[in-house]
Amino acid sequence: MTNKTSEKFRVNFGPQHPAAHGVLRLILDLDGEVVERVEPHIGLLHRGTEKLIENKTYLQALPYFDRLDYVAPMNQEHAFTLAVESLLNVQVPERAQCIRVLYSEIGRILSHMINVPAQALDVGALTPTLWGWEEREKLMVFYERACGSRLHAAYFRTGGVHQDLEESLVNDIFNFCDPFLKVLDDLESLLTENRIFKQRNVDIGVVTKQDVLDWGLTGVMARGSGYHWDLRKTQPYEIYDQLDFQIPVGKNGDNYDRYLIRVEECRQSISIIKQVIERMKPGPTICEDKKIAPPKRAEMKSSMEALIHHFKLYTEGYDVGPGDIYKAIEAPKGEFGVYLISDGTNKPYRCKIRAPGFAHLQAIDYLGKGHLLPDLSAILGSLDLVFGEVDR
Amino acid sequence: MYKQKNYSQLLNEIENNSNIKSLIVKTEVSANDLSIYVDNEKLYDLLKLLRDDEDFLFSQLTDLCGVDWPENEIRFQVVYNLLSMSNNSRIRVKTFTDKNDSVVSVSKLFPCAEWYEREAYDLFGINFKGNKDLRRLLTDYGFEGHPLRKDFPLTGYVEVRYDESKKRVVYEPVELKQEFRSFDFESPWEGIKYPENDLESDSVNDK
Repeated sequence: MTNKTSEKFRVNFGPQHPAAHGVLRLILDLDGEVVERVEPHIGLLHRGTEKLIENKTYLQALPYFDRLDYVAPMNQEHAFTLAVESLLNVQVPERAQCIRVLYSEIGRILSHMINVPAQALDVGALTPTLWGWEEREKLMVFYERACGSRLHAAYFRTGGVHQDLEESLVNDIFNFCDPFLKVLDDLESLLTENRIFKQRNVDIGVVTKQDVLDWGLTGVMARGSGYHWDLRKTQPYEIYDQLDFQIPVGKNGDNYDRYLIRVEECRQSISIIKQVIERMKPGPTICEDKKIAPPKRAEMKSSMEALIHHFKLYTEGYDVGPGDIYKAIEAPKGEFGVYLISDGTNKPYRCKIRAPGFAHLQAIDYLGKGHLLPDLSAILGSLDLVFGEVDR
Repeated sequence: MYKQKNYSQLLNEIENNSNIKSLIVKTEVSANDLSIYVDNEKLYDLLKLLRDDEDFLFSQLTDLCGVDWPENEIRFQVVYNLLSMSNNSRIRVKTFTDKNDSVVSVSKLFPCAEWYEREAYDLFGINFKGNKDLRRLLTDYGFEGHPLRKDFPLTGYVEVRYDESKKRVVYEPVELKQEFRSFDFESPWEGIKYPENDLESDSVNDK
């Protein structure tokens, strides 16, 4: 697409730009309207999460994970909790595992319900955003009813979850499922066969199988290109290996395939949520080890030992034996991993957070090259970026 | 069910592969994860072998991470987390380097290493030889120091605020309203071994 009268530009895109999905600054080299080079400048939301975690006990470190990918907070907590649990060798009770899976899948829908409409918004459709956010709102209420806060949950604790779910809440989540599938159908009727949406997304931002390996792409980005790879299936954690669900896989690796996969993943998540609710039986929601899990309030009124355990746990925390571990979960955006080094004290020595968005954003130069400028915002939308996790 | 290749299978394969075995210093298993140590001059060859050898096919670099060990003779550690989708296994490669030394960049093998290396350079000051674009990534423009080093204070050195009179953002040294408090809650009693004989001898004396 070279033409002789073309003019070369260098354009600054962001950091305050509605299509930048947060605080992303891109330096674009353009030839007319064709993108020649994309140079992302990130770090505008860098809060030094990893440094802060090194200075906190394991329990205090947990809430920082809500602030990474703030679109699906509990999924991040999950990776950290799993890492700490495998270092401590703690068994999680069955009900806690069910609750975790339940809320991980709610997180997945939360994330996809913001990404799919945002991708549509990037190419000019407004209505899906309104519909998606309405469903999100309902799910945020489920978050609030489980842990008391809509966003910063701090709900997945080492050894289980913070509180048990009420029966009425579980029923309400179940009752949410079928109407949501209807909304999903409506959403698809707006987008899937929409001519403009297809023109803007089909064959845009094509990722080949080799690109997935080279650029460390994971999650929907990898599945869109035909990899049958989902950590919930391939390296299962919690009770995922006992659940029946499908992994949608794309053929062309373009924006449109990734959109279709996200919508289908929402359907699969709903199916998982239903299965989990059917499996859930009453029982403990956190492990019995009082060195790791706090005692019950009522117990503390009468037992001196319980009071001491409570005090020790919330001041000193617990010591984690020396060692290192990499634990990854299938977050809505891709493989979210935590590499934890423990030196045997009550604070992590080093906690490296592997955010999927970081690797995805890095590939934007490669993916965006040769596309038109408006396609770049479509690609950005389909990469599913949240700057909380990219910048950490 | 999806088969996973675990650390003992990987250890066996490494044992049988003379090319790889000659490159590595030692192996270590922590919580079912296999780590292998390598000298930093041999790192590139090892990662290339691990990526291309048919038994391993660690074709995706999941993560690259720097670690600071100020007490060690060689201060910095670089940890590579690799994933093989075809064999469904993970492995960690660790190497050491110093402030004046450098690690060979693996961005030719794994293009995604470029940003990870920039991040490690930014946060730790680890040098990567061969990375074409080794600039700061996460910290502010014009930032000084390497924040994830253990000797870098948690509060940092400078803070920014908008200056109404100058009509721009100004940088100033950090001023703490209250001294930074680092609580050490580690129990001083745990792990202490009291000599058993003393107690017995005391009771003997009492009699």
